[in-house]
Amino acid sequence: MTDNKQKTNLTTRRGALKKIAAGTGAIIGATSMPLLGRYSQAHSSEPIRIGFQVHRTGIGAAYGRWYDRTTMAVAKVINDAGGINGRPVEIITEDDGTDPKRGAEIVEKFATKHKCDVAYGTLFSHVVIGSAPRAGELKIPYFVVSEGHHVASGMLNRYTLQPGITDVKSQVQAMAPFVSANLGKKVAMIFPDFAFGHNHRDYFSEAIEKQGGKVVAKIAIPPTETSFTKYFPKIPRDTDVIYHVMVGPAVLTFVKEMGEFYGPNAPQIFGFIDSLEAVDLASPGLEFLEGTYFWEGNPRYAQKDQSEYDKFYRKAIGIDANGASISDSKDVSTYAHMFGCWETMFTIKDAMEASGYQSPKDRAKMIEAAEAITTMAASNEHPQGDKLFNGKTHQVFGKQYISKVNGQKLEVVHTTSIEDGFYPDETDYTKKPF
Amino acid sequence: MSKGAKQWGLHLGIIALLFVLQFILPAYHHGNLARIMVLATFAIGYNIAFGYTGLLSLGHAMFFAAGMYGLALTMKFLGFSAATGLLAGIVSAFVLSLAVGLLALRTIGVAFMIVTLMFAQSVYLSILYFGKYTRGDEGFVIQQADRVIAGIDLSNPVNRYFAALVLLSFCLLVSLKLIQAPFGRVLIAIRENEERTKMLGYDVFRHKLASLMISGTISGAAGAAYGLLFGYAGASFATVQYSIFPLLWVLLGGAGTIIGPLAGTLFMFYLIDLLSEITSAYMLIAGVVLVLLTLFARQGIMGEVRKRVIRWLP
Repeated sequence: MTDNKQKTNLTTRRGALKKIAAGTGAIIGATSMPLLGRYSQAHSSEPIRIGFQVHRTGIGAAYGRWYDRTTMAVAKVINDAGGINGRPVEIITEDDGTDPKRGAEIVEKFATKHKCDVAYGTLFSHVVIGSAPRAGELKIPYFVVSEGHHVASGMLNRYTLQPGITDVKSQVQAMAPFVSANLGKKVAMIFPDFAFGHNHRDYFSEAIEKQGGKVVAKIAIPPTETSFTKYFPKIPRDTDVIYHVMVGPAVLTFVKEMGEFYGPNAPQIFGFIDSLEAVDLASPGLEFLEGTYFWEGNPRYAQKDQSEYDKFYRKAIGIDANGASISDSKDVSTYAHMFGCWETMFTIKDAMEASGYQSPKDRAKMIEAAEAITTMAASNEHPQGDKLFNGKTHQVFGKQYISKVNGQKLEVVHTTSIEDGFYPDETDYTKKPF
Repeated sequence: MSKGAKQWGLHLGIIALLFVLQFILPAYHHGNLARIMVLATFAIGYNIAFGYTGLLSLGHAMFFAAGMYGLALTMKFLGFSAATGLLAGIVSAFVLSLAVGLLALRTIGVAFMIVTLMFAQSVYLSILYFGKYTRGDEGFVIQQADRVIAGIDLSNPVNRYFAALVLLSFCLLVSLKLIQAPFGRVLIAIRENEERTKMLGYDVFRHKLASLMISGTISGAAGAAYGLLFGYAGASFATVQYSIFPLLWVLLGGAGTIIGPLAGTLFMFYLIDLLSEITSAYMLIAGVVLVLLTLFARQGIMGEVRKRVIRWLP
């Protein structure tokens, strides 16, 4: 049996008292005032049910495993602190197989079978885009942790929000000034030949040109590719910087083959850590990465100036200073992304508490409360750092980290400002009907 | 009662049952059944080629995707309404099935499987290649406001259910009529013994081409309807997985039976849905169940019913 219905609230004295109170209420209700009894029981002690759409199988499984662990940890933290509006949080987990069709079915299941208050946690863009229409139709708030630009682009609907992680457009835009000023102007891009890679290609090309740079080669690699050596000769000889971002099971092979191709004479290399998420940087064959640079959404290795918030966050999930599980040092986390789950859960809590959320009939009020959020200060609730939320576009903006490989670890060498990732609004969801 | 009357009675009864279920089912199963009916239509299309004509295609996802993108792209870029978009989707699948049929039907057996698989891969990779328009694997949303035909909002659960029921009923009855007609008898003859059918003077190629076109067009209608009713078009629906699904649904339900595709789709949908609540290895268990069914119920669910109980089942 899996933890499909993991109730993370432990049996405590408070919990026991609530259950007794609920039971008493139900008995009174059943004998004298049945409707009122049911109403008060449902609103006072029933858990807040959060439907967690997880990539447990399929291409997103490595991310899903750590999104799962983060979600269970943050739910426990929230429950230990009294829950949401005094009610415990219950996480209902369903695997979407990283498939948009199944994703839409799961959202339906959360809304109509499990009677969840909100749906949450989706990462891969195609699953979000496939699922979001059903969330909008079923009028269930849908909090995604995806990085995709789909939310801020205006493609989705009023019920879909991304308050816990920045989007690709913002991320690559914030990288361009550093790349241009420190690594070089002529950039060769290697990216997966699907929408995620195309977003990198388009947004970074635009951003680097604004910095006076130029993309000299755009090398798209098919998603089914398993050997990459034939692509490296396409990189022009006068390239200053190789920009790489890869996703999927072949990422380690890709990075290793890049090292074998160039040996010690590689141009500057700048990658998105997506290319090595959940992969140990000390893996054999990755030695050539020494001195190269990576974007990180959140620094995997505990830094010298590590915040108290990051310490708290790592401890709660069970992650060591190298970004691996404390129970297995080879089990490396997806640290650059999974903080989005943690922070999104606290945003759900804030929106529910600000709107006085009691039941699904308050969902519209909850969305409005979320849209009214503007600042999120660095804290235990937001360990990645300060953020600004744009209620109109339903998208959060935050700092980005650029790290250099030093002794097979990542050391942060530059932190962008939040404003580096700003771009003009492309939609205003607040004007769309519920 | 004649055999034909019994057959019509049974299938009209199933449609009536599906109509009545609309008023009984809880919301979750109501939504599931709407989805199952559209997917079963896809399987009905596949069954005409595979179950009745013996054409084992491994590329029917291309027809489903042709319908889906024929609808979605014309609505997005040419400003088609939902109704004309639906028609465009069906026409796209019709044209594609004609083109694929003319080429692929020059082969038989394993070669036919491989050629259809390759064509389907070409369609899938084309969707990725033209990502500027199709948004590739990510896909795009067909906005709720655009999913309206004759003032009927197809994103409404009741309307969606009826639309799926109308589509399924039409394709179910068309396939029944087809199989009862002399044309259908020739298809079955081709499946049983192609050489003998040829020797009897039938134009086997033309019959196989017509069968594949009807099959592809129904599959395309299902794809277009899926996009329209659920608001999304994406390349994942063109992957090989979506060529295997209708094969499984038909094999499970009973190849060469009219209601087998519906039974197989229903069974497989709930098998995965329920197993996924128990274990993350749900596909493994689904695989074991499929192996067991293949070993002990070789003709599928409705095939066994025909063999043991209702011998007049078409």
